[in-house]
Amino acid sequence: MTTTVKEKNKKKTGKAFLQVGQEEATPGTSKISVSDLNLFYGEKQALFGVSLDIEEKKVTSLIGPSGCGKSTFLRTLNRMNDLIDGVKIAGDIVIDGENIYASNDVIKLRTRVGMVFQKPNLFPMSIFDNVAYGPRMQGIKNKKELNKIVEESLRGAAIWEEVKDRLKTSALGLSGGQQQRVCIARAIAMKPDVILMDEPTSALDPISTLKVEELITKMKKEYTIVIVTHNMQQAARISDKTAFFLNGEVVEYDETNKIFSTPRDQRTEDYVTGRFG
Amino acid sequence: MRKMKDNLLHGLLWFSAILSVAVLVMIVGYIFYKGAHLISFEFIFGDYSPTGGGGIWPMIVTTIYTIVISLIIATPIGILAAVYLQEYAKQGRLVKVIRFATESLTGIPSIIYGLFGAVFFVTTLKLGMSILAASLTLAIIVLPVIIRTTEESLKTVPPTYREGSLALGTTRLQTLYKVILPSAMPGILSGIILSIGRIVGESAAIFLTAGTVAAMPEGLLSSARTLTVHSFLVTQESGDIELAAAVGIVLIVIILAINLIATYISKKLNKADY
Repeated sequence: MTTTVKEKNKKKTGKAFLQVGQEEATPGTSKISVSDLNLFYGEKQALFGVSLDIEEKKVTSLIGPSGCGKSTFLRTLNRMNDLIDGVKIAGDIVIDGENIYASNDVIKLRTRVGMVFQKPNLFPMSIFDNVAYGPRMQGIKNKKELNKIVEESLRGAAIWEEVKDRLKTSALGLSGGQQQRVCIARAIAMKPDVILMDEPTSALDPISTLKVEELITKMKKEYTIVIVTHNMQQAARISDKTAFFLNGEVVEYDETNKIFSTPRDQRTEDYVTGRFG
Repeated sequence: MRKMKDNLLHGLLWFSAILSVAVLVMIVGYIFYKGAHLISFEFIFGDYSPTGGGGIWPMIVTTIYTIVISLIIATPIGILAAVYLQEYAKQGRLVKVIRFATESLTGIPSIIYGLFGAVFFVTTLKLGMSILAASLTLAIIVLPVIIRTTEESLKTVPPTYREGSLALGTTRLQTLYKVILPSAMPGILSGIILSIGRIVGESAAIFLTAGTVAAMPEGLLSSARTLTVHSFLVTQESGDIELAAAVGIVLIVIILAINLIATYISKKLNKADY
């Protein structure tokens, strides 16, 4: 396939890291290792031999024009594509040394790999119930414990101060930006290691976008974050590493500043300088 | 010229709206005009007397019986079937066939159901002419209504709810029970209200399966007479339009009351401020 030599090498080092230092959670360790991932929607192939290593406690952004497969790729990481009929997947995705497609425990996978969607998708319940939803479904019933989880999660998503007096009111009464941060809190409440974000700010105004971006930068101290974004400035602002997708392939994957200042591939340069997309 | 066309259309819309309301008002008005003077405490709560002057309490009780029992049978089955079709089944040929069948079932005249009920429930299953046989028949009549409306309301639940819930590591059953069904509840309830209308308004199928015994039913296996059947019979036997109209008034009030209660419950379930 089209993986470059450099990426192949990186894959190897990534695996070596995993074997040696699996327990350590230092930034830079490979958290997710994807090798030769192919994905088909029925007959149509959407991902071609994608291989990349996502590093622990860093923000990795996936950029590329619409329909390039970046969202599809993101959704393979918590197996959300399983919900679509006729999806076939070949290749390996290893998270913390475990091949996530080898086991059938999607439930456990999704508690470890949280997700925030393009549009805020809070349930028609109170703010409290939304954040407590995941833990409750895991069987946590203790009121004190739930209160603690909800407060911590909302604080973690930098929205506690804004909603602490209205936890029992409908979550749908919040503004779009607030809703999206509650969505992040809802994901945090599961205490995941990895958080996937699928264009989390595309439905938000500039100020809310800024708040969510600040939040993401803060969150990488604790979580490994993979974010799909259409907004290249955003990728440049918040991410440590950037992967450029085109037509279902990873064209280039490197440190974010390299991708934006000295890309190796002509297509990457054309895209980041705004010549297409 | 364009202005004139606009006015014309406007007038036509008004006319249609007023016409449909007027017809409704006329019918209800006529029924009240004919029957209102017969309504009394004795008429509603009194026992039936074949010689005239009696009440219709046994028929009211029978009507409520048939509503409750047929809904107890049809609602869970209908909701489960709709959930299966919409959420679990692979959208292929089989599902298409089932959908087509349920849609066709809604169009079959109720007398056919009545005949089926009379042959199957009354005779083959030896339930006799009874409230139970009638309720089972009615359950079959309203089943497609409940399935269709439930399916439609499941379709309106945003797929993002489903994704959001599953992404939090919940099982499909938890997602269904905690997120999808509650959001679909108003639609499901309106399906149930429609079904109640269908049950209360039914006469032919009940006539054939529950019989016409005008006495307080002793149990589910006794033959009995519902309000609609009574209304039909008094017109048929004695030509007493006024009595039939009085029965009609009671029917209208019952349906109105049930609708109000159902809307109230639906609002409660929505907790209003969500």
